[in-house]
Amino acid sequence: MTLLIDLVLLAMLALTALRIIFLKDLFAVVMLFGIYSFLSALIFVNLDAVDVAFTEAAVGAGISTVLMLGTLALTGRNERECERSSLLPLLVVCVTGAVLIYGTLDMPPFGHADNPVHEHVAPRYIQDSPQEVGLPNMVTSVLASYRGFDTLGETVVVFSALIGVLALLGVRREDNSLTPESGLKSHLVLHVVAKLIIPMIILFALYVQFHGDFGPGGGFQAGVIAAAAFILYALVFGLPSAFSVVSPKFLQVMASLGVLLYASVGLYSMAKGGQFLDYNKLAANPIDGQHYGIIIIELGVGITVFAVMLSIFYAFSSQVARLNIR
Amino acid sequence: MFEQHLAALPIILPLIAAPIVLILGRSTFAWAFATLVSAAACYFSWQLLWVAFDSNVISYAVGGWPPPWGIELRVDTTNAFVLLAVTALSTLVLLYAKDSIENEVAPSKHALFYTAHLLCLAGLSGILLTGDAFNLFVFLEVSSLATYTLVSLASDRRCLVAAFRYLMMGTIGATFILIGVGMLYMKTGTLNMLDLASRIDLYDSSRTINSGLAFIMVGVSIKLALFPLHMWLPPAYTHAPSAVSAFLAGTATKVAVYVMIRFIFTVFGVNHVFEEMGMDLILMALAIVAIFKCSYMATVQSNVKTVLAYSSVAQIGYMILGLSLVSAAGLMSGLIHIFNHALMKGALFMAVGAVFYRVGSVDISAFRGLGKQMPLTMAAFTIAGLSIIGVPLTVGFVSKWYLVTAALEQSHWAIAALVLAGSLLAVIYIGRVLEAAYLQSASPDSEPVREAPWLMLLPMWLLVLANLYFGIDTSLTTDAASSAAEWLFQTTESAAQGSAQ
Repeated sequence: MTLLIDLVLLAMLALTALRIIFLKDLFAVVMLFGIYSFLSALIFVNLDAVDVAFTEAAVGAGISTVLMLGTLALTGRNERECERSSLLPLLVVCVTGAVLIYGTLDMPPFGHADNPVHEHVAPRYIQDSPQEVGLPNMVTSVLASYRGFDTLGETVVVFSALIGVLALLGVRREDNSLTPESGLKSHLVLHVVAKLIIPMIILFALYVQFHGDFGPGGGFQAGVIAAAAFILYALVFGLPSAFSVVSPKFLQVMASLGVLLYASVGLYSMAKGGQFLDYNKLAANPIDGQHYGIIIIELGVGITVFAVMLSIFYAFSSQVARLNIR
Repeated sequence: MFEQHLAALPIILPLIAAPIVLILGRSTFAWAFATLVSAAACYFSWQLLWVAFDSNVISYAVGGWPPPWGIELRVDTTNAFVLLAVTALSTLVLLYAKDSIENEVAPSKHALFYTAHLLCLAGLSGILLTGDAFNLFVFLEVSSLATYTLVSLASDRRCLVAAFRYLMMGTIGATFILIGVGMLYMKTGTLNMLDLASRIDLYDSSRTINSGLAFIMVGVSIKLALFPLHMWLPPAYTHAPSAVSAFLAGTATKVAVYVMIRFIFTVFGVNHVFEEMGMDLILMALAIVAIFKCSYMATVQSNVKTVLAYSSVAQIGYMILGLSLVSAAGLMSGLIHIFNHALMKGALFMAVGAVFYRVGSVDISAFRGLGKQMPLTMAAFTIAGLSIIGVPLTVGFVSKWYLVTAALEQSHWAIAALVLAGSLLAVIYIGRVLEAAYLQSASPDSEPVREAPWLMLLPMWLLVLANLYFGIDTSLTTDAASSAAEWLFQTTESAAQGSAQ
């Protein structure tokens, strides 16, 4: 049965991808990208990788779609005709595809319990992590503790993305072009619905943030969901109102503080005589230490992701606002 | 306490400093703080190199989890040597950057420049020190994103197109590396490089492993701008701010060369990559074409930064050529050239940046008469240029010497001759600039030009002196490179024997 579901989902995925290639209307392409992400999320659910599915749905289908729409508002919705011959790129893509297919020929059989990925490193994560780390959700144990350095690196990747966007677009608060009239002032229904939904989204984000130890969730997803709440606010009530709630400068400080919070856990464990990011040293009881460490670093991730996503949205939409004035 | 964490400090210091710079972003403070942090990272990597000399390998288990379950930082003379070059160049470039950046980058973006520079440094250190294939990818992303940002910071609008091309090619390269690492993980169930190496031996002829190898090699080749995948590099280095060109030309692509060395020698094993897959011939052919095609391209450019950018691609050719000789001597010449090239290209780009600071153009015609008007800058350019050519008493000569010796050791007479012929092309492209500077006089109606400010001259001349010092006293570079090369060959051979038994 799962095989059938997988096949159907993969077929839909392939169809969506083909449609994306041939469509010229970029607005439709962005929508299809959202669908593509949701389909991938479904496949991940079918593979029992709920954490990955959750991230894919929140990041791939959620925030990426919003940011791509923000880009379209700046660039226009139609793809420009490409005059150059596409023969060489086509050849390169075909060769790459052929190597990928060739690589699958010796692949371990799909879904077998005795595949190398399940036999070498993973058994310790599965058998010992409840005692060593003490969390019911092993995925969180692996990403926040065993491979916590990678997660720090990924948080810094998100932070670097913010630096890139600020360098290219920047956000100027004192910009006169942003009048309070922007936003959807005349839509009363939207106002009421948004006011009802936003608190719930924020509450859900907090739940996802702190429930990551026990079920799917964690800082990345929570940060994105919280950013979505503020983006909704900015869309309905206008950018200036959103700026007065959280200012762009404050967000930059938050993004930095999130990274620093994560890294300071590492520094503290070094001061306590452990290695960098050794949570065992954070408390007298190693399991408690692991728990404190994971909660704090997940918070750091959540703060940075939230601040970066919202900052990027601010950067795009203040550009759009400036463009509209002109 | 510092000795214990020596392997982690060059990564975490700039990593933590970057957000602090963004928060406190006053221009002068940001500059001083970033320079200090970079200098500290350089000091620790110097210490690290000496520890690596004594004990060969330092393993640092991040988070206290032993490898392969946790992430390991693994330092030997190879990466400690390259790290020293990267951190030292970063410190000198930051010293130089203050005046240069004030001239070339909008004031509101100064703090962003220093933040991005520190992120790039942290990423490069991470790539160098990590012993984990996926962790390498994560730091590759950190350094790449920071690099694209740095290139796009110039006030010249053309830098945006250059940065965008770089972004596209770089992302394809990084994705290929990720696909390759994924294939290795699928087949072996581990991400730690040493663990990968011992388990890959079990599946030497597996198609999945071989396609993984192909993806990683192509991905890294894009990152290190191996001909013909170098098209992103000349525009990026031409239009980036001068300080960025000076830093990236000496570090970013060279760290990618290190990644290639690491994957070939430590992960896949030299027997598998070179003898069974025959990649040495492919690399050798591409390297030779790179040397000649790009040296020739350098001779016909009118923008001096483009000249130096094409020269960089040609120099990468020399490194890969050394690698493709499949001998300890060849590998050693490649490693020495990574270090030496950072010294010479750093000095050259700094000199060109100083000319841009005073004259406002880096076209070859702008150099007319500068030999008299900016004597110190042009003297620095001349010495570093002689080093690129490979004149004795400079580091360039040391690099070429070891490369030619390595080629002759295997009786590759043609290759030795080609290396020398490549130097002749370098004579032409460096000579064109020198001719404009010293033999032509400035047009009479142009305004007089003053010498560059001392804060730009100081790091430039430190690099020039290093060019001469390491050209005469080669003990540090040759010791480090030869012990690294022997160590890499020894481990790969013992691994091969281990699997044969």
